[in-house]
Amino acid sequence: MSEHIVSVRTYIVIFLALLALTFVTTEIAFVDLGPLNIVVALVIALCKAALVVLFFMHVRWSRPIVWLNVLAGLMWLVILLGLILTDFLSRDWIAPPRGF
Amino acid sequence: MSDHPSTLAHHFDDLEQQRAASSLGMWLFLVTEIMFFGGLFCGYTVYRWMYPGAFAASSHELDIWLGAFNTAVLLGSSLTMALGVYSAQMGRRKALIAFLLLTMLLGSVFLGIKYVEYGHKFHEHLVPGAHFEFAGPFEREAQIFFSFYFAMTGMHALHMVIGLGLLTALVVMALRGSFSREYYTPVDMIGLYWHFVDIVWIFLFPLLYLIDRHK
Repeated sequence: MSEHIVSVRTYIVIFLALLALTFVTTEIAFVDLGPLNIVVALVIALCKAALVVLFFMHVRWSRPIVWLNVLAGLMWLVILLGLILTDFLSRDWIAPPRGF
Repeated sequence: MSDHPSTLAHHFDDLEQQRAASSLGMWLFLVTEIMFFGGLFCGYTVYRWMYPGAFAASSHELDIWLGAFNTAVLLGSSLTMALGVYSAQMGRRKALIAFLLLTMLLGSVFLGIKYVEYGHKFHEHLVPGAHFEFAGPFEREAQIFFSFYFAMTGMHALHMVIGLGLLTALVVMALRGSFSREYYTPVDMIGLYWHFVDIVWIFLFPLLYLIDRHK
């Protein structure tokens, strides 16, 4: 399995897609989508990050062990953010007992 | 030993195995970087959850078009970095050096614009501390936003400066003829680092510049 060489054409197409997504995320920020604004912004950012990781960083053609590394990094990040949020998002769900 | 290439360390069977080990090590480092920036993103998430109004009002003080332009500049530098790795794979030394220099140029443009933005913040008294001024009801909480703004973009900019240093080293190595079609691992690894720094900015841009812009 020798190193996969990505074509110049692919790099340029990915770059143009990244520019287009940057334009979309900037424009859509001015549209009122209610609570969905942050969701859309993060989904677009995740798509851009995925394009960079898969094509510019060659992970698409990398060994399974590199995939494992990338996913492990993501998993720990999700644990970090997820467990913090379970605390902060749920604080107002139950009123403190009387007397507190 | 004559069939042993000079760029192959003696503890590897072949260049292929050496390359795999390098990229695994680099990815391991990048995972620690994800967790390093993850801490900042985590703190940001908590305080944005606690003070959504102040974060939106503060975000509107940032120049969205400078931010968007800088995003494009940084994406462009990722493209030239990727093309640099491609040139190295093809054994094109002059193209490699040209793309490395172009990447450094775009990285410098990014930092230059960041410098201008920071300058504005100092003039407008938006730097947290004794001279912080923020009209409206959020003067205290806005300092939290700007603390995150400076910590996150500052840490990102520091990574860019380190990246520029690494790219300088690559240019020197390329000029000395250290790379060939068989051996270009440093170009590949520093490319991964540069793209990682790009990804951090991909998240910083919407999180800092694009909060509730429709209001």
